[in-house]
Amino acid sequence: MSVKENNGQPGQGRKAWETCVAGLPERPQKFMTVSSVPVKALYTQEDIAGLDYRRDLGYPGFYPYTRGVQANMYRGRLWTMRQFAGFATARESNERYKYLLSQGQTGLSVAFDMPTIMGYDSDHPRAFGEVGRVGVAIDSLEDMETLFGGIPLDKITTSMTINAPAAVLWCLYIATAEKQGVPSHKLGGTIQNDILKEYIAQKSWIFPPEPSLRLITDIFAFAGKHVPKWNTVSISGYHIREAGSTAVQELAFTLADGFAYVEAGIKAGLDVDSFAPRLSFFFNAHIDFFEEIAKYRAARRIWARRMKEKYGAKDERSLLLRFHTQTAGCSLTAQQPENNIVRTAYEALAAVLGGTQSLHTNSMDEVLALPTEKSVRIALRTQQIIAEETGVANTIDPLAGSYFVEALTDQMEAETEKYFERIEQLGGVLAAIDQGFFQQEIADAAYRYQLEIEQKDRIIVGVNDYTMEEPKQIELLKIDPQIEEEQKRRVQAVRAKRDNIVCGNRLGALRKAAGTGDNLIPFILDCVRAYVTEGEIIQVLREVFGEYKEKPIF
Amino acid sequence: MREEKKIRVLVAKPGLDGHDRGAKVVARALRDAGMEVVYTGLHQTAEQVVEAAIQEDVDIIGLSILSGAHLTIFPRVCQLLRENGAEDIMVIGGGTIPDEDIDELIGKGYARALFTPGTTTAEIVGWIRKAAEN
Repeated sequence: MSVKENNGQPGQGRKAWETCVAGLPERPQKFMTVSSVPVKALYTQEDIAGLDYRRDLGYPGFYPYTRGVQANMYRGRLWTMRQFAGFATARESNERYKYLLSQGQTGLSVAFDMPTIMGYDSDHPRAFGEVGRVGVAIDSLEDMETLFGGIPLDKITTSMTINAPAAVLWCLYIATAEKQGVPSHKLGGTIQNDILKEYIAQKSWIFPPEPSLRLITDIFAFAGKHVPKWNTVSISGYHIREAGSTAVQELAFTLADGFAYVEAGIKAGLDVDSFAPRLSFFFNAHIDFFEEIAKYRAARRIWARRMKEKYGAKDERSLLLRFHTQTAGCSLTAQQPENNIVRTAYEALAAVLGGTQSLHTNSMDEVLALPTEKSVRIALRTQQIIAEETGVANTIDPLAGSYFVEALTDQMEAETEKYFERIEQLGGVLAAIDQGFFQQEIADAAYRYQLEIEQKDRIIVGVNDYTMEEPKQIELLKIDPQIEEEQKRRVQAVRAKRDNIVCGNRLGALRKAAGTGDNLIPFILDCVRAYVTEGEIIQVLREVFGEYKEKPIF
Repeated sequence: MREEKKIRVLVAKPGLDGHDRGAKVVARALRDAGMEVVYTGLHQTAEQVVEAAIQEDVDIIGLSILSGAHLTIFPRVCQLLRENGAEDIMVIGGGTIPDEDIDELIGKGYARALFTPGTTTAEIVGWIRKAAEN
């Protein structure tokens, strides 16, 4: 066989290659991303002919920030390794946090149980069977003091995954810090506080959208004055993706939510640069390696461009899309769960190559139960191996200039702009939620994905191919059912020993303020300081604001 | 062609968890397979689920639980069905349920079948059709 040489014009070379490849057989499968986007056999200079380095990429830390939000990225400091944890009671979770910190974790991330997430105390009938199951149960300041006992809140940053009742948990954190002698301006961390994606995907809502947005803008205003280092919203694509969306849908819907918060802040009379620097993001790292990297790069560019051009942000920090990443829970399999360690490692690598600011790596057993200490350690070690051994953190945005990655980045930006147009035509994010637009788009994508698996257009190792008989499930973490009884007794004891007259007065003041336009944060803070419970505060707000109801569609 | 009564299924999300991806995918697959499907929507109490099942005159209730509360919710739904004289309605379910809990729920008769991650919708459709014949 003679040597094939591409000498002559580039076009001629391409033609020769096309002729050559056309005669070669391909594997019978569909070549597409995990989002069902077709992928070509080859990407070349022609795919990024329109790319202008200065306009579209720029230098790290410089507009439009495609290559990263810091000038030195991981050469200065590695990403924060932040494992999401929380289960059972505050005491057990406190022990897990101390363990994780002792193992080299650099920030805390709190998982709450469902009653806390939905604003019910542990002894409420709706909490039955759910206390401490998927996260830690927090009812009052006493629980929060236990949760962070022996952990100095001026030395670490904490992320709290809490949405509908975010204002209450945030006030509990501030009040806990006060008790430790740490003033609020020294506190750093994040509350998820992203209610829009709850209506769209995760479905842990309490109030209707309007009062929910008011609570969020109250937090913006209070944080701007008193808790300036706090990330007030973590605008989340993670749950949108887990609910079944494609990568582009995750990107487009998340950014649309972000711009909706910006508009809400502006509408509430705030200067965009007074709150936008504290907005942060939270994305999924799914299994499709290049698609995910392109998604993060496109996200930074779109956010910067719109914030500057459409919303007139002047402070550079308002343009920076800083984000946390979690590997994709929905990509893990209950079959041969040890394989999940490998999946998670690739996903984490994509997040790092995409320039994440912090990262949670899932544990192999999370598809079955809350993770054991051993599996959490392996997940954390996965990040440490990426950071210390693989060499990928030595240089910034190493995939820039790749024909494929740049073409995908452009494609994602263009597709996202199309979704923005559709959302605008529907009347904006709130109107689109009301019409079930996002919910239907996600449900369609989830169903298509399932059918692809069942028709074997998509192979999942251990699920629809490479299967085997498995003897026994790996060891799982168990939550003692007694935890619920203990926690119920604890909250009842708090109610018995506090000053109930003061509590009643403060709840009355909150109720009154909720009916006016006053900022509610100082009122909530006063309540939690007096050991009013989360459930009692939310109940008052429920009575004033009402409850959200969804039209179920499938 | 023989007129066949369509199988009626209530797909329910009891408890506080909002993870409805699986429930909605299954609901749609059952509908595409020709069954009559009622989806309760989220955050249902056991009482609401049983009331809807009786009102909608369903043959089967499918409970989707990803919150770890399965050991309390399945028995509660079964108890309420009995109290309402509706124990002829079959209870099945799905979600993140560890093996030993599956043994307990099936063993004690709180669920006729449980479908965990990795199950195809075709398997669920097949199981329901077969169960409905008997």
